[in-house]
Amino acid sequence: MSEGLAVPQDAAAARYGGLDAGAWRWIAALALIALTAALPFAISNYHAFELTLVMIYAIAVLGLNILTGYNGQISLGHGGFFAAGAYTAAILMHRYGVPYWATLAPAGLVCFALGVLFGLPALRFEGPYLALVTLAMAVATPQLLKYFDSWTGGQQGINLVKIQPPPGLGIDRDRWLYLVVLVVLLLAMRVAANMLNGRTGRAFVAIRDQPIAAAAMGIDVARYKTLAFGTSTALTGIAGALSAMVISFVAPESFSLFLSLSFLVGSAVGGIATISGAIVGGLFIEFVPNLANDISDAAPWAIYGLAMLLLMYAMPRGVAGSVGLLLRRFQSRRAAPGEGDQDHKGRMP
Amino acid sequence: MKVQHAVTAGLSAAGLILASSLIAFAAGQYGPGVSDTEIKLGNTMPYSGPASSYGVIGKVDAAYFAMINEQGGINGRKITFISRDDSYSPPKTVEQVRQLVEQDQVLLIFNSLGTPPNMAIHGYLNDNKVPQLFPATGADQWNDPKHFPWTMMWLPSYSIESHIYARYILKNLPNAKIAVLYQNDDYGKDYLNGLRDGLGDKASKMIVATQSYETTDPTVDSQIVALQSSGADVLLTAAIPKFAAQAVRKVYDIGWKPTHFLNSVGNAVGTVMKPAGLEKGVGIISAAFAKDPTDPQWQDTPEYKEWLAFMNKAGLSANTTDVQAVIGYSFAQTMVAVLKACGDNLTRENVMKQAASLHDVKLPMLLPGITLSTSADNFDPIKQMQLQKFDGTTWRLFGDVLSASGS
Amino acid sequence: MHQLLQQIFSGLAAGAVYASLALALVMIYRATDLVNFAQGEMAMFSTYIAWTLVNAGLPFWAAFVLTLVASFLGGMTIERIIIRPVENAPVLVTVVVTIGLLLIFNALAGWIFTYTLQEFPSPFPDRPLFGALMTTRDLGVIGVTLVMLLLLFAFFRFTATGLAMRAAAQNPESARLCGIPVGRMLAIGWGLAAAIGATAGIMVAPVLFLDPNMMGGVLLYAFTGALLGGITSPVGAVVGGLIVGVTENLVGTYLIASQLKLTVALALIILVLVFRPNGLFGTAIVRRV
Repeated sequence: MSEGLAVPQDAAAARYGGLDAGAWRWIAALALIALTAALPFAISNYHAFELTLVMIYAIAVLGLNILTGYNGQISLGHGGFFAAGAYTAAILMHRYGVPYWATLAPAGLVCFALGVLFGLPALRFEGPYLALVTLAMAVATPQLLKYFDSWTGGQQGINLVKIQPPPGLGIDRDRWLYLVVLVVLLLAMRVAANMLNGRTGRAFVAIRDQPIAAAAMGIDVARYKTLAFGTSTALTGIAGALSAMVISFVAPESFSLFLSLSFLVGSAVGGIATISGAIVGGLFIEFVPNLANDISDAAPWAIYGLAMLLLMYAMPRGVAGSVGLLLRRFQSRRAAPGEGDQDHKGRMP
Repeated sequence: MKVQHAVTAGLSAAGLILASSLIAFAAGQYGPGVSDTEIKLGNTMPYSGPASSYGVIGKVDAAYFAMINEQGGINGRKITFISRDDSYSPPKTVEQVRQLVEQDQVLLIFNSLGTPPNMAIHGYLNDNKVPQLFPATGADQWNDPKHFPWTMMWLPSYSIESHIYARYILKNLPNAKIAVLYQNDDYGKDYLNGLRDGLGDKASKMIVATQSYETTDPTVDSQIVALQSSGADVLLTAAIPKFAAQAVRKVYDIGWKPTHFLNSVGNAVGTVMKPAGLEKGVGIISAAFAKDPTDPQWQDTPEYKEWLAFMNKAGLSANTTDVQAVIGYSFAQTMVAVLKACGDNLTRENVMKQAASLHDVKLPMLLPGITLSTSADNFDPIKQMQLQKFDGTTWRLFGDVLSASGS
Repeated sequence: MHQLLQQIFSGLAAGAVYASLALALVMIYRATDLVNFAQGEMAMFSTYIAWTLVNAGLPFWAAFVLTLVASFLGGMTIERIIIRPVENAPVLVTVVVTIGLLLIFNALAGWIFTYTLQEFPSPFPDRPLFGALMTTRDLGVIGVTLVMLLLLFAFFRFTATGLAMRAAAQNPESARLCGIPVGRMLAIGWGLAAAIGATAGIMVAPVLFLDPNMMGGVLLYAFTGALLGGITSPVGAVVGGLIVGVTENLVGTYLIASQLKLTVALALIILVLVFRPNGLFGTAIVRRV
């Protein structure tokens, strides 16, 4: 699976067992995908459900990585976009009887539009000011959801009919949803990788690291920053829509400020300027609070907070970031001298 | 030959089935999570996050069941109480409840806290025929045995309380102009809607102003000032202790003297009236169904002393001023009573049946005269409250024990 | 008219609460270039320490001074032990660390002191002023906030340490070359911010009542106020906090949909920031290539 890494190609490409490194990576990737797809059938319904949640959070964190990691714009408000996607899907399913799989695109589009709308004024702000603007989004979302209660069901929320798997396949609901979310996750990662490894991604990174130089080089900073916002929120919104399908219930309390903070933390823990780090982030958000609860009945948040601190000390670049760094050091030793060490520092302006 | 085999096989099978049924019958019928020595109960509570002040209910539940276990358990079976943190977040509640039901194989879900968390698991539990007993929320929808036969409430609903206030107002203050301060969530809104409902077609004329607050608001001073300027002479405050105390204080400080109704959630002497200033709360009317542990009138009674001893022994001395701890105690006692009534027939169906067969059950820390009653078409055990007026030191109960419809 | 005045005065009283915490946020930002999301919880925890001392029998002012000292030392310790390891890491890492601190302090306070609402004594008597527009207690909060503002302003402007701290925050490398002990400056900065936060908490607890979630909402408003005023300016923090308090009250009163008052208030403030992206009193950062 490709990440934000570029492997320096030696003049004489190494060959292992008749295939080059690239082909082996493809095979490994396919094997991994096949394993992941087969996994839910080997574990209980409940564990499949938990892993589905992990993947949903991973998609949301991937969205945040694009904006904050690759483009350097901090967001404390992605919970709000997650909510927007979830409610779009919920309202479409509940009020208009739209089938669940048809709600993903509208949710993505609505959240893309919202992101662009947000991204435009956000161009004016940097650092803590941008943090405030996005924080306002996170805080305003529950209020707005409660206010427009004829659409959103207000505080009662919307109870959704449970999604049924297609009848011919003979698998149950949890496993079907797992596969659906897995497909979306893989697509999201593919799309993100294509975008980030290409021109757009390079523009994002240039804007993040050296905005003045980037502008001087002719990069349309405003356009790319807004694009980053839009794609980021679109992905997180799609994750939200998936969460509505899987939980079958949306309410304002599901989308508190804590959710936005969790996404940010998950992003940092996984590695903000990575794609595979999003999965680590999803695992962190889903499992560490439960573990914290097992360790301490009386003060679970203390353990959760401690886990964050320890991870940040041990791996400031996040898990995927640190692994990536190690891999690069290993490979640059094998590469020709003069190959630079591409350093995604994830610096914030 | 083959026929003989078949007959033998058939007879053996029948014999086995008969024998095992007899054994099962003798040993008691068990649902999931039950054995000869154990009953597993599941629960979710906010032990972290902004709603964590309610986590004390879960702690009291756990302590009470531990005490029962020490005394021998229920019909010889010990209660294993598995309580998980959901941070008041519905997706987390779904996850924890699924784990409790599918992995831990609990018999039932007891006393989960919060309306949105319970709404999130409402459908799942009823679809899977798992009892959702005595959720810690006063919303009305838990009393719907026709559509949700596996869900039973316990707390008197918030709207019962405001119906009682509405009737009092209609009788004693028929020309009142009413202002309402409410928390901007299901709990606060239920009070407001209950009041509107109780006033009937007079509601739109009588309710002249409403103001809401969020739990993240630092104070409600601004809302109180705004409500005063509406010219109202009656105020209903549907707020949790912190904001109730601020409201009581601000109303006095700005020189406003409405007939002030304070909801039962926010009327404790120790945590609301005293911080607000005891002299500032004189004349406030409220309703109650449980005994306030900080109210001097109960301090010498044997029931209070027993509760206090229980709290101290359980290491919960710091919570002895918290009325939530009294309510948790009463929740747990109800659960124990239902389980006891099941005897050895501890299936989920029988649990629901026993829960729906409560007749005038008295609990020591409920107000005298208030009992629990349920039936097959009424899943609302506590339907009564009593009005009380604050005299500067204690809440003086007055009038009869009332229910929503009026007796 | 009377209501308008009352709401404005009420807003000023609330705004003073936000302003006092905003000062702590500005202190940390000027000393370390960071926003400390745990500032509110640290202030709350300090207040609980004061509460414990008062309950143990100490007179109010003795408890107050002891708490300030303890908070100063505590803040320094946190900087040395918890923040120091991630000093040179990307800013986001420190953000996550402060979020972790927020959770830890909140959970610890709940565990040690329980979530039951507590009273907190105030050094100011509670008497109505200006015909019930305000109480002497509210005035006391405003007064203490202004005193803290003056002290902070004087510290940065007129003392050598203040100057050294500003240098250390703006350009650590050059500061080190000038012989400024950058590490110590950062630690002192955190200590001072913690002490300011403690003062804010102690002033505010009699009004808001003490519980572990006391500062949660206040932090959001304080953050807004500090940014509105300009995150680098103590004067801005106070002005910003007061404006936020008044705006919020007026919006809540005169807006039809009072349930949206927080949303609208934030939207208005952001609108102001669009025209002044560095806050009202903030200085624009000019980047030279």
